[in-house]
Amino acid sequence: MAVIEMRNITKRFGSVVANNCINFSLERGEIHALLGENGAGKTTLMRILYGLYHADQGEILVDDRPVHIASPREAIALGIGMVSQHFTLVPPLSVAENVVLGYIKGLRFDPTAAHRQVAEAASRYSIEIDPTMLVRHLSVGERQRVEILKALYRNARVLILDEPTSVLTPQEANALFESLERLRKAGLSVIFISHKLNEVMAICDRITVLRQGRVIGTAAKDSITPAELARMMVSQSSQETLRREQSPRGEVCLALKGVSALDKKGLPALKNINLEVRSGEILGIAGVSGNGQTELAEVLFGTLKPSSGQIILDGKDLQGADPDQFLNAGIGRIPEDRHQAILGELTVAENMVLERLDEFTQHGLLDYQQVRAYSERLIAEYQIKALPTDRMRTLSGGNIQKVILARVLSRQPRVIVASQPTRGLDVGATEYVRSKLLEQRERGVAVLLISEDLDEVLALSDRIAVMYEGQIVGTLRTEEATLEQLGMMMAGSWKPSEEDAG
Amino acid sequence: MRRLRIERTPAPLWVRPLIPVLAALITFTLTAVLIVLAKANPLEAYFYFLIAPLSSRVSAIEVLVKSTPLLLTGAAVTFAFSAGYWNIGAEGQLYAGAIAAAWMGTLLEGFPQPLGVLLMLLSGFIAGVLWALPPALLKVKLAVDEVVTTLLLNSVILFIVSYLLNGPWRDPVSGWPQSPEIAASAMLPKLLPRARLHLGFVIGVLVIGVLWFVLSRTTFGLKMRATGLGMQAARFAGVKVDRTLLLSALISGGIAGLAGVSEVAGIHFHLIDAISPGYGYTGIIIAMLGGLNPLGVGVAALFIGLLSTGGQSVSRALGVPAYLGDVVQAVLLLVTLGAFILQNYRIRWLKASEAG
Amino acid sequence: MGDFLVGLIAATLRVATPLTFGTLGELFAERAGILNLGIEGIMFLGAFVGFAVAKASGSLWLGVLAAVVAGMLAGLLMGLLSVRLGLSQHVSGLGITLLLTGLSLFCFRLLYGEPRIPPAITPFERLSVLPQVPILGPILEQYALTYVALALVPLVWWVVYRTNFGLQLRAVGENPEAADAAGVDVFLMRYLALAIGGGLMAAGGAFLSLAQLGAFTYGVIAGRGWVCIALIIFGNWHPVKVLWGALLFGGVFALQLRLQTTGLQMPYETFLALPYLVTIAALAIAGRNAAYPAGLLKPYKRE
Repeated sequence: MAVIEMRNITKRFGSVVANNCINFSLERGEIHALLGENGAGKTTLMRILYGLYHADQGEILVDDRPVHIASPREAIALGIGMVSQHFTLVPPLSVAENVVLGYIKGLRFDPTAAHRQVAEAASRYSIEIDPTMLVRHLSVGERQRVEILKALYRNARVLILDEPTSVLTPQEANALFESLERLRKAGLSVIFISHKLNEVMAICDRITVLRQGRVIGTAAKDSITPAELARMMVSQSSQETLRREQSPRGEVCLALKGVSALDKKGLPALKNINLEVRSGEILGIAGVSGNGQTELAEVLFGTLKPSSGQIILDGKDLQGADPDQFLNAGIGRIPEDRHQAILGELTVAENMVLERLDEFTQHGLLDYQQVRAYSERLIAEYQIKALPTDRMRTLSGGNIQKVILARVLSRQPRVIVASQPTRGLDVGATEYVRSKLLEQRERGVAVLLISEDLDEVLALSDRIAVMYEGQIVGTLRTEEATLEQLGMMMAGSWKPSEEDAG
Repeated sequence: MRRLRIERTPAPLWVRPLIPVLAALITFTLTAVLIVLAKANPLEAYFYFLIAPLSSRVSAIEVLVKSTPLLLTGAAVTFAFSAGYWNIGAEGQLYAGAIAAAWMGTLLEGFPQPLGVLLMLLSGFIAGVLWALPPALLKVKLAVDEVVTTLLLNSVILFIVSYLLNGPWRDPVSGWPQSPEIAASAMLPKLLPRARLHLGFVIGVLVIGVLWFVLSRTTFGLKMRATGLGMQAARFAGVKVDRTLLLSALISGGIAGLAGVSEVAGIHFHLIDAISPGYGYTGIIIAMLGGLNPLGVGVAALFIGLLSTGGQSVSRALGVPAYLGDVVQAVLLLVTLGAFILQNYRIRWLKASEAG
Repeated sequence: MGDFLVGLIAATLRVATPLTFGTLGELFAERAGILNLGIEGIMFLGAFVGFAVAKASGSLWLGVLAAVVAGMLAGLLMGLLSVRLGLSQHVSGLGITLLLTGLSLFCFRLLYGEPRIPPAITPFERLSVLPQVPILGPILEQYALTYVALALVPLVWWVVYRTNFGLQLRAVGENPEAADAAGVDVFLMRYLALAIGGGLMAAGGAFLSLAQLGAFTYGVIAGRGWVCIALIIFGNWHPVKVLWGALLFGGVFALQLRLQTTGLQMPYETFLALPYLVTIAALAIAGRNAAYPAGLLKPYKRE
């Protein structure tokens, strides 16, 4: 009997259709995976189920009764709980306090009673956690267990886990799977959102693959192979490769040797990365978001100091350098989030020269005449629809990206690191950015392109390296890569052979 | 059918200068209540408040005198706030400058006046810088919030002043807690005969001018503004954010120190513990009212100077307590802050095709 | 010597009273994530309203009550500015201090003019709990409000750590997003915290005008609000530690007053400055790890 049924769910955000006529069902006692790349619509669908979003069309049934879920409170009342990627815990409070927060009624709060009740619940659900410990002293895996306990404490019969292993070590992931097995036997039904094939094959009973907002298919684990799943996950749009000539590969301009780095939470995000980019080539970094791409870019921008390893640009080691030193070494940087690289309240002209202020400075004074002339030249050259005196925040996304491009390219860098350069841009702006990158490649610049859009990586790159869980799991020449191979690498299911080294 | 919609997008730029005006109107409406309670006519009161001070030479000059320390503290606070450094310690830095001026002033007997004045200003500036240094270092090196540290140091320096005035610097003749009078060559020259207006006013205007120049014409000024508007983006672009914050904080302290010199060397000629009735805090009001724009800050300082003078004339003429001025200032600040929120919204006329 | 000590302890309790009220009030606000720099102004308002109502009605306790109500309203005003409008907490707080200080002085002048003899009332009398008992007798000869302040400490502790309200309050101050996700009404909690805090702060001010002075003057608060800000950090945002801080400061203050009369040539100001300097040092040592409620100073906007 289906515990949850979602019929013809459609959800739009502006012109983007995040969920397109999706049918999904969850049986009692099953662990059902929602598999797909970024932007496939998995999280959106589950947020609709949890009451955070409202579907534009379609209906939801719980225990065969149609329901309307208007908020997480209502979802919880229906027995649906969700553990998202970003934990909502209060670190200085204890486990028990976190679990009962917002759930207990009445005036008094008795910590001893809370500890006892939470300990009871924990043992009932076979979750190993000490209710008296402060959350700030817990490991990530333990914190996740608290989140799960929170949902179970509120009598959840359906548990939605959004990319649960993205923050866990392999050991912690195994512990999670064991818990889920136990819980499933006790009658819990689980929806497991993931992009990791091997895990999904290991723990789940049925798998539904989403791609670009649609259900591609649902299958029982035993009736399908990882290769087939990978194929379903990855886009099959026409591979219109922008005409690219085989340019002779030059010498190595940028090399990363053994680079490791921690993310903002202090967890390892990059593990012993080795990469080389030669002049005149585009090396594309493919991968599902959250596998270290952001940190890789930040390390190359100079805004994140690696914990070990070397970054060598034209023979110079940039270990521990500040952003301005990276700039001066000749790296052009196109960041992932435009808005963190420009200052909305400053003018277009000021933003354009922000990375090279010293060149426009005479005796401490900023030569605004020169700045203006410079920005006018760039505006013309890059066809930016703005005046030098416009405030940056009034520009469209595409024009902001053009300003960033102009800023980067006008310094004639030897290396360009572009992170998600076409994210959020319309078709015209996207084409423009891509053609510029190719142009730079023709000129002998070494380009490192980090993109979650596999089409883009395939279209532009000479070679492709796939990132998974902070490591490079394989590097291929683009002509030799198959979608299946890439899909499996991105989902962590590829076993590298000796030929793939380098 | 036309309809109005309020959107959360930035308002057009022409709205910005109107906001302080709107705030002023709301303020005067609110404070009219107090005037009525004082059994006076609001319009009459505002006349005495805003117009009367400008109507005679004596009181117009008094407005300028009252504005002098405000120009300096307003500039000091603006300098720091522009870089995103919340210097609440201008009051303390002012006192530091005053202490230095009181000390230096007694050493300058026999010096030529231009040199004396220069040394006074220098010593006051340096004292302000030194007093601003500990919180700034704590912020840059240890990420300690500067609001609390600068605020606490304000109280500490008052104790130092009290110690000095009741101890080693106590006037031996009268026994009053005031420091010995400074040398004539250390006094700031008067600008007009038989009036209290002194060189400090000119210095204040100059500092505002320098502030404008630095913020709009120099590279450092751009780096400051970038740091204040978006530290992350500034750091990304290679701006040395820590160094910029530190320098802004120190220069801000120095300018506030100049305000202390101005009061000691221009008005009182010795140090007393009431040398500042909160000029450092008023400086914050002025900086916010002026929208962190040097020109606006200058106007705001003069306006507050006007309100201060006006408060006294309202009191004399209508018997309304002079504290009205303080209340108006505070209400003006809060209303202006609230009104600035308006610039995050835009009202749009919807065309028929968009409506419904 | 014995008399000196006994007198000192008694004075310590007296001096610590307004500080305790004020700091407990600020504790509520900061535990909810709001730095309320309006404390100096709210204490001032409390002193004025308490005095005015007491003088008009003849009842000192009515004055205290009125002060508390005024303080709660002031707290709500801070809520309007910093929570509802999301304005900078620093400037909102300072603005409120300036507003309430000016307003109180204005109204005082309005009510009483500027007579040569300033208006006064018969202040609270100290309660003699154990008359004629040596040592304890004089120490326990305190104002009723002092006992109230001391009793408030365990009460506040209980509210913060043993009630549902307190649990939600702490969550809101540490991680408003998590509290919101758990179904706590972040805005409401902050308003309540500011209102309660304001009431307590105003009570501290009322103590000064109704018990200690029996009058209202320009210097009635004299920076005690800022001392409370320091004491909160000093006491690590914990009600009991905050009390120790208040007693310590009170003791130092009472000591230096007594030392002055003995003619000792000691810069007593050093003692007075000590709590501030120690607080700054504590902040420096804790650095990034200061036990600030993590949500302090960040306005919470629900997306």
